[in-house]
Amino acid sequence: MAAAVRGCGGVWRRVWQRGAGGLAPRGQRAAAGSARGAAVPAGKSGPAPWVPVVGLEIHAQISSNSKLFSGSQVQFAAPPNSVVSFFDASLPGTLPVINRRCVEAAVMTGLALNCSINKRSLFDRKHYFYADLPAGYQITQQRVPIAVNGSLSYSLCTDNKMSQMVTKTVRIKQIQLEQDSGKSLHDDTRSQTLVDLNRAGVGLMEVVMEPDMCCGEEAAAAVRELQLILQTLGSSHAVMAEGQLRVDANVSVHHPGEPYGVRTEVKNINSIRFLAKAVDYEIQRQIEELENGGTILNETRAFDSKLGCTVPMRDKEGKQDYRFMPEPNLPPLILYDAKSLPANMSHQQVVNIDWIHERLPDLPSVKRAKLVEQYGILPEHSFTLLNEDGLTEFFENVVKQTQMKPKKVIGWILNDLLSYLNQHSLTVKESPVSSSILADLLNLLEKKEISSTAAKQVLVELWKGEGKTPLEIVKEKKLELIQDQGALEQICQAVIDGQENEVMAIKAGNHKVLNKLIGLVQRKTQGRSNPVLVKQLLEKKLLE
Amino acid sequence: MRALSLSRWLRGAARARSTGPGRARPAPGPSQKVTVDVLDHLEHLALVDFRDSEGVERLQKAIQFADQLHEVNTDGVEPMDSVLEDRCLYLREDDVTEGNCTKELLKNAREKVEEYFVAPPGNIPLPKLEERETYLQSS
Repeated sequence: MAAAVRGCGGVWRRVWQRGAGGLAPRGQRAAAGSARGAAVPAGKSGPAPWVPVVGLEIHAQISSNSKLFSGSQVQFAAPPNSVVSFFDASLPGTLPVINRRCVEAAVMTGLALNCSINKRSLFDRKHYFYADLPAGYQITQQRVPIAVNGSLSYSLCTDNKMSQMVTKTVRIKQIQLEQDSGKSLHDDTRSQTLVDLNRAGVGLMEVVMEPDMCCGEEAAAAVRELQLILQTLGSSHAVMAEGQLRVDANVSVHHPGEPYGVRTEVKNINSIRFLAKAVDYEIQRQIEELENGGTILNETRAFDSKLGCTVPMRDKEGKQDYRFMPEPNLPPLILYDAKSLPANMSHQQVVNIDWIHERLPDLPSVKRAKLVEQYGILPEHSFTLLNEDGLTEFFENVVKQTQMKPKKVIGWILNDLLSYLNQHSLTVKESPVSSSILADLLNLLEKKEISSTAAKQVLVELWKGEGKTPLEIVKEKKLELIQDQGALEQICQAVIDGQENEVMAIKAGNHKVLNKLIGLVQRKTQGRSNPVLVKQLLEKKLLE
Repeated sequence: MRALSLSRWLRGAARARSTGPGRARPAPGPSQKVTVDVLDHLEHLALVDFRDSEGVERLQKAIQFADQLHEVNTDGVEPMDSVLEDRCLYLREDDVTEGNCTKELLKNAREKVEEYFVAPPGNIPLPKLEERETYLQSS
């Protein structure tokens, strides 16, 4: 997964145009209706450019022991219907009782996303019929959610080389607490649906983002950053593969200066990579449809990851009327801060926003800034470090155990270690090379006992995970740099004696030929000579 | 708490009287019927079947009865949506205290397959008005 991805041409809204070979996003810079003019290529009176608009609705499963309104366990992949309470099954006579931990998780997330926390929020019922919603309604927060008006900053690279990063912001409309539904397994052969209520009632935070994004890459980067934030806070594990983070994308296109187009909702997106693909596909589909004179229906579409396209979803019947009504069984949720703390209430019944704010951990953006400052690495390096689970820790451990400067260490971490891990699809925790082993290797290099080429050879051996130390491998494969200056001088002399023509050229002033001699010495020593030292010795012999 | 809510209601009514005989809206008389479109919409949403003219008439009467609420002037009064509004929402500790009653839950199921509830496939929306047999078609 790319830590930070190529973006939509910097600050300006990206503009899509029909190119010669079909549709392709162009990195042209044109704001809607700006004085610079629309990005139509000079000399062509082609079709007008399109501005895509992307908004996201994200559901994050709250990391808690029990569910939002009942005491049954939150557990992934439990035996069917084994972690279901009477309330989750909507049996008559049961009532919702809110879980304090879920409230705290929502407050933490709201604060991390710069939201205003509503000290008084309300619960509502959203009615619709579906087999996995036994009550016939979902308890959510439609009128007054727990947090509103926040923002999320994320970064994109403006070019292929990942050397220039641009920070973008997407506004967060609101965060609300709501119940998850159960799971339906469709059995088409027997024309029935099997229902498992284990997930019914699990707490969700719905994060609603304003349509401030304009392409798949932006959407993916924003979601990735949100995922990192949630994982840092611990309010959600946010693992998409386990359904703990679900993203629905709302996509529309319009011409600059015109009102927004009809939007479609895209569901069934199972990874961040697929999110980018789904959004980009949908943008292209809408542009093609409109340019061919068609119209866009306000419908819900599913992303088919195998075919890489979106298809209309069968089950949705036009616009739903959810008949929202206040949840009569739940009084308003009241939150307090340092000023409004009630005197006579048990601590257990009080959620103090300021108390939670003081205890927020360092968010990813802060962690990255600290890494850059402390170790002198580049910002894009800090992105990669935070993006791989455990990589920051690994890097810091190596730095602690070696004399090599962090700026050099980072190269070994990102270019060598990480590429090996990716090639073999391993996580940092599964690495056969531990941080101390790598530190040992880098120490040998730093002390000039081996050359950098030799170090890479040692790493290949270490990767086999046979338990040998770097020093053992160096000795085994005779990779040590020759330390005996006398022996080295002899070899240099031997080479000089054997290359009369080259020697004459050097003495005549052509110093570049020296490199050929250095190369010959390297070959004679089987790579075990320090090129800097060899150059010094040769120069001493020939030019004095 | 009950006393508080009651007094609030009385205050509301008193306010209505004191600000004059203004009524918020005239209640729709028996001449204002619920349209077939609305009835069809309701049948879709709530999956009820009005079945016959008596059922529809009962609905009309229920609406008329509820419309009496309009006789109270509620200008400037904040709507109350729960008698619990003055209570504190009780916060429960995040402990696992329920679950593990698969057998009991499945006792209620008409059909089950290996501890899953069985339901008809997907969502079967009510067919459109023209396509289904309903009393509403003739009205």
